[in-house]
Amino acid sequence: MEFWMAIFIGVLVAGAVFSLLRRSVFRLVIGVMLLSQAANLMVFTTAGLRTGQSGIIPADETVLSAAAADPLPQALVLTAIVIGFGMLAFAIALVYRATRAIRSHDLNDYKTTDSEL
Amino acid sequence: MNLLAMPLIIPVALALLGVALRNHAGGRRAVGLLTAIGVPAAAFLVLVETLGGDIAHLAVGNWRAPFGIVLVADLTAAIFLFTAAVTASLVFFHALLNPMRGALDKWFFPLANFVMLGVNGSLLTGDLFNLFVWFEVMLIGSFVMLILGGKRAQLEGGLKYVVINLVGSGFFLGGVAMLYGITGTLNYADIAVKIQLLDEPAFAHSGVLLLFGAFAIKAGLFPFFFWLPAAYHTPPAVVTAFFGGLLSKVGIYAFYRTSSLFLADGFAPWQNLMLWAAALTMITGVLGAAAHFHMRRILAFHIISQIGYIMAGVAMFTVAGLAAGLFYFIHNNVAKTNLLLISAVVERKRGTSRLDRVGGLYKAAPWLSIWFLISALALAGIPPLSGFWAKLGIVRAGIEGGFGWLVLAGLAVGMMTLFSMTKLWAEAFWKKEPEPGGWEDEEERGPVTRLGLAPVVAMVGIILALSFAGGAVFDVCNAAASQLLDPAGYIRTVLGGEVEP
Repeated sequence: MEFWMAIFIGVLVAGAVFSLLRRSVFRLVIGVMLLSQAANLMVFTTAGLRTGQSGIIPADETVLSAAAADPLPQALVLTAIVIGFGMLAFAIALVYRATRAIRSHDLNDYKTTDSEL
Repeated sequence: MNLLAMPLIIPVALALLGVALRNHAGGRRAVGLLTAIGVPAAAFLVLVETLGGDIAHLAVGNWRAPFGIVLVADLTAAIFLFTAAVTASLVFFHALLNPMRGALDKWFFPLANFVMLGVNGSLLTGDLFNLFVWFEVMLIGSFVMLILGGKRAQLEGGLKYVVINLVGSGFFLGGVAMLYGITGTLNYADIAVKIQLLDEPAFAHSGVLLLFGAFAIKAGLFPFFFWLPAAYHTPPAVVTAFFGGLLSKVGIYAFYRTSSLFLADGFAPWQNLMLWAAALTMITGVLGAAAHFHMRRILAFHIISQIGYIMAGVAMFTVAGLAAGLFYFIHNNVAKTNLLLISAVVERKRGTSRLDRVGGLYKAAPWLSIWFLISALALAGIPPLSGFWAKLGIVRAGIEGGFGWLVLAGLAVGMMTLFSMTKLWAEAFWKKEPEPGGWEDEEERGPVTRLGLAPVVAMVGIILALSFAGGAVFDVCNAAASQLLDPAGYIRTVLGGEVEP
């Protein structure tokens, strides 16, 4: 299962890079979105993709059984998703304002700050 | 009450207070004054606690490491914390003494406090995922500060800054996932222990390398620096001055922390990569500055170039190199922030800092010119000013460590820096003021009172203190570097002495 997950994350990253390199600002945001999802899935996968065991320690034991998935990365990924969501909301709002101010979604028109003066 | 929480509690309290009082003119100034005093005061308390060589730590919620999040301050963290806080505080005083208008006035202090919260958190945390969270706190605050006012240039620069940083966050999270997957822990000290026990540390190192990619983006290291000159000159000048001493330096701190803890003995394979990155950062930064003709853009490129020197110190990975890097950081933070503050004053006086549109400042404001000259010569490394000692430290560490080519690059870049500073001096201060050509102001003009220059003078005072009494500071940097290269003490403090590193 982890193997297929790794392939899937790779495909997501490839898609992200492809989108990031396009000239449209909207594609840029989609690329960032895909990349953050790929990173989230990577964190999620470190828990181990196992089924049939809850992450609760039985009353007469002190450690989690090895068959259960590690619960910590799931907490981490929850945090990461929330942060990523906030960042994405900001990025989308920014793109909206930028396209209204610049009246173009072609990144070649976003280069006025790169001049020498 | 543990002092280590203070650098986090004060900014968050003031940020919320600032949001609440944003429509009340007196309240805004009160929050500003409290920020300018409270932030360095908290950092000073942490510095005092660690100056003797002790490592302060706080287990949040009393959860023992490595299970809970810890805040840790060793001497390196305290140096970064205090230097950043003092330069930020002087920028805050500048903002108070040179009144701002509109949205900037309303939101500057609340947002600056959120950025400070993120910066202080990143410097103090002892947990990798927590570092990610603090980075994001710092980023979201800086995103909003950068586009405050919503001019076209700001939106363009802001978009680049946002996208590259979100890509960096993706790298970071990927690195965290890999390290956690391999070592099963997120606590710095615990990772440092576990990474030593691995049979195949190369896998863990590839995770560390992903982190390095993220830090390089934050620090503005070659080849990831393009966002910095595209974005730093677009916001109001006081915001640039605030960013100049903080944002990229947190990335550098992350390099200090992770390379000493995670790589330790395994540093050698990556050393060449980092040395090259440092050298190319210096060179490309200074060449970019040479091509530009706008005060703040030139200074933005110099931020990059100077980051290269600090990185060179880290990449040498010897006590002398790390210590010289730390001293360089202190000197550079003060000198660079002061130059940016002076550019803010120039823009306030003339409405722009384009070198073809300003001039005659030596005649109009002779004292300002003197302050500029001292800071600029310090940045270029002219003896006896602080930059000379900082560069001397790097050069000596480089020769001792056998990195002759890096030393040569550093010296050549020093010459180029001097060229760039002379250009600023000749164009902005010495030449006659050009006839006004009916152009549009980039920055709102306003009066600059004598009191409004006080923060600039204070910074010059710090530069002179570093120049003539830098020995004491260098000793502290040396102690910090020895602490970094012997992480056993750090690990024992955090993990409670039960684990033998």
